[in-house]
Amino acid sequence: MVHADNPRAVAVRRFSFGELTGRTWFWPVAALALIFLVDAVVSPGFFSIRIVQGRLFGSLIDVFYRGTPGALVALGMAVVIGTKGIDLSVGAVVAIVGAVMTNLIHRDFSPVSVLFLTLGAGALCGLWNGFLVAILDIQPIIATLILMVAGRGIALLIDEGLIVTFRSDFFSAISTGQFLTVPSRIIVAAGTFLALWLVLRRTALGLFVESVGANSAAANLTGINAKLVKIGAYTLSGLCAGIAGMLICGDIRGSDSNNAGLFMELDAILAVVIGGGSLVGGRFYLGLTIIGVLVIQGLTTSILVSPLPFQFTMVVKGVVVLIVLLLQSRRLRESIVGLFLRKTS
Amino acid sequence: MEIRVTEATAPRAELLAITKTFPGVRALENVDFRLNAGEIHALLGENGAGKSTLIKVMTGAVWRDSGKMMLDGQPYEITSPAEAHALGISTVYQEVNLIPTMSVTKNLTLERQPRRYGLISWRQANERARERLKRLNLDIDVERPLLTYSVAIQQLIAIARALEEDTRVLVLDEPTASLDAREAELLFSIMRDLKARGIAIIFITHFIDQVYQIADRISVLRNGRMVGTAPTAELPRLKLIAMMLGRELERTQGVRASSAIVAAGEPILNVEGMGRRRYMGNFDLQLRAGEAVGLAGLLGSGRTETCKLVFGAVHPDAGHVHFEGKPIAIRSPRQAVRLDIGFCPEDRKAEGIIPELTVRENIVLALQVKRGWLARLPRDEQERIAQEMIRTLGIATPDADKLVGQLSGGNQQKVILARWLASKSRILILDEPTRGIDVGAHAEIIALIRRLCQEGLALLVASSELDEIVQVSDRVEVLRDRHKVGEIVGGDVTRENIIHMIAGS
Repeated sequence: MVHADNPRAVAVRRFSFGELTGRTWFWPVAALALIFLVDAVVSPGFFSIRIVQGRLFGSLIDVFYRGTPGALVALGMAVVIGTKGIDLSVGAVVAIVGAVMTNLIHRDFSPVSVLFLTLGAGALCGLWNGFLVAILDIQPIIATLILMVAGRGIALLIDEGLIVTFRSDFFSAISTGQFLTVPSRIIVAAGTFLALWLVLRRTALGLFVESVGANSAAANLTGINAKLVKIGAYTLSGLCAGIAGMLICGDIRGSDSNNAGLFMELDAILAVVIGGGSLVGGRFYLGLTIIGVLVIQGLTTSILVSPLPFQFTMVVKGVVVLIVLLLQSRRLRESIVGLFLRKTS
Repeated sequence: MEIRVTEATAPRAELLAITKTFPGVRALENVDFRLNAGEIHALLGENGAGKSTLIKVMTGAVWRDSGKMMLDGQPYEITSPAEAHALGISTVYQEVNLIPTMSVTKNLTLERQPRRYGLISWRQANERARERLKRLNLDIDVERPLLTYSVAIQQLIAIARALEEDTRVLVLDEPTASLDAREAELLFSIMRDLKARGIAIIFITHFIDQVYQIADRISVLRNGRMVGTAPTAELPRLKLIAMMLGRELERTQGVRASSAIVAAGEPILNVEGMGRRRYMGNFDLQLRAGEAVGLAGLLGSGRTETCKLVFGAVHPDAGHVHFEGKPIAIRSPRQAVRLDIGFCPEDRKAEGIIPELTVRENIVLALQVKRGWLARLPRDEQERIAQEMIRTLGIATPDADKLVGQLSGGNQQKVILARWLASKSRILILDEPTRGIDVGAHAEIIALIRRLCQEGLALLVASSELDEIVQVSDRVEVLRDRHKVGEIVGGDVTRENIIHMIAGS
């Protein structure tokens, strides 16, 4: 009785496990925690972080380090998926950007102008996708498939069919260097994340993106320029893929148009979906998308450090992704709970 | 002997006390419907009156909540259109459910191909297709792709597909919607032929002329209730329109409380000669602060079209607009919103609410659009506005963070109204503001509209409910066949006057 009169006590009691598992963030975070937990058991040194040659070093840092290009691509993908679209071309954009960058470096452009022109090339690719989707009204999956197919060809044409290498201290520093012991690419990704968060969540842009994704016609009748929002989303995705391409290219110090960014679009879509984004649009989560990337990368790295042969990577990845997605489905969860209740009663 | 007499007079199909409720909407309420053998029975009603739900219940596509269904005196229970088909109840829907790139034969034998040695025998299939078409006196090349034929022929092929040797009831849902007069006449002659063979035909249409051309009896549905059934000859056009639009029995006084505050003065929005070819004939319209203008007319008369043109959702190709005396062209909803015009669309689900967003987000959306994307409303400000709107409009929601898609129809409508009120709209365009809303919320929304008008908003209200128009409007623009046919002002706004003007007498 005393408790019932106290509203706070009621509130505390009402916060049940069921409510917790219903939260969008619960399952992705739980999956990541579980992966790390298994890692801690299987390879005891997983969480040890040392400083080697003025640089943070360890398996955990490695997960972050390797995850950065994927995270950048996935962030752009999250926004596009928020508008009820999809961007299959990001992997090809990574290849195009790498080829453009290598080419410009060979033409002796200054590093800063190479930087801007390279990112501009990525944004331009995104703009093209946005034009096809918003202005010509082509289905996103088809519209971006065009650049996905043609993009590698364009990159190969720029590279003249070769793997072109270069030397650039500037881009090597951005990709593989470090700043105050932190790998610089992690700083690049964190900065991009922060910028996106500010632009989308501290302005009304995020709300507009979600409105367009959830109901484009209604958003339009409320005065939102749905076409412009879509074009912006794809351009952003192209830009993000451009940054990722710059890192990948700087890493191998060359442009490998056949392999750079291969299948990246698929991991990016997976990361968004693991992070609670829905392919029917209307919601996107930047932070949870990063968690999704870490789940995928964490799995890959864990298998590499575990006694399991590396051939298992893809299969295990598939199984874990399936489990996370199934757990996110409210209906499935409820029917499983129902099954247990029936058994116990 | 007595038994035979009852058999002879028993209707072909009979639906008794059918009730069907969808979440938040009562689609059918205690509906009785009798269909005789060998008659063409027109089923009329405005959008959302319950025509398609009734047909779906009858043909097994939707399961009724309660009521009884009889076919030739025998009760029947079905759970799918396929079962209905087997019982002899066939339906041809408005969108022709055929595959245009396939041949006529393939379309007609899609479910059951004649086989020979396990392979399809196309010779037999063609034969069977020709037989089916012969029932409609149609002799065409069955091997040609469907799309090479006119829409009228395609419509007949669709009927041929639905028609079996033992078909007892044939439902035609808007079969003439895309036919011209000559093609419609071809269809009618075939309908008469089928009728002569004893088939009972339900004819759903919104062309009143065609009803008088072909139907033997008429049933009118409104708001999920059967308003009445009468032989066509005994139901004058005027009365039919009154049945479709009014609700004479339920509410005795559909008269508006006061027409004293008919606002004079300069209109905020003055539209002259606005129109768009093959969409809406040119019309004039003035909207003044504190005045509600009603848009009355039958289904397809141009109510929604007028709203969309004024709001800039559809581009007019003629006309001038003056906003507060200054010439202006409203080219997009975005521009209309910036001019403080709001629009609550007819199709709330498809064009109004954003279901995946919360009540709060839906309410602040238009205001946020006006402020621009850079000037984001702080969260506590959003919360304050949402709470205020939830209170003043009486939106029934546990909290402002519930998803709008989970609210009832009436509350969704209030959220959209709140969206425009929060953004301080001065002109509000309401297209069917009470469509699909239960009776209690209906009265609330009407009261709300009147209050808004008194508070100085300029309102344009389109509605298929005549009493609703009479209740809220200071002035009524009457539409017929996508043309404005007249205007009724102040004390002259009555049901009778509007009906007369719609009927053109």
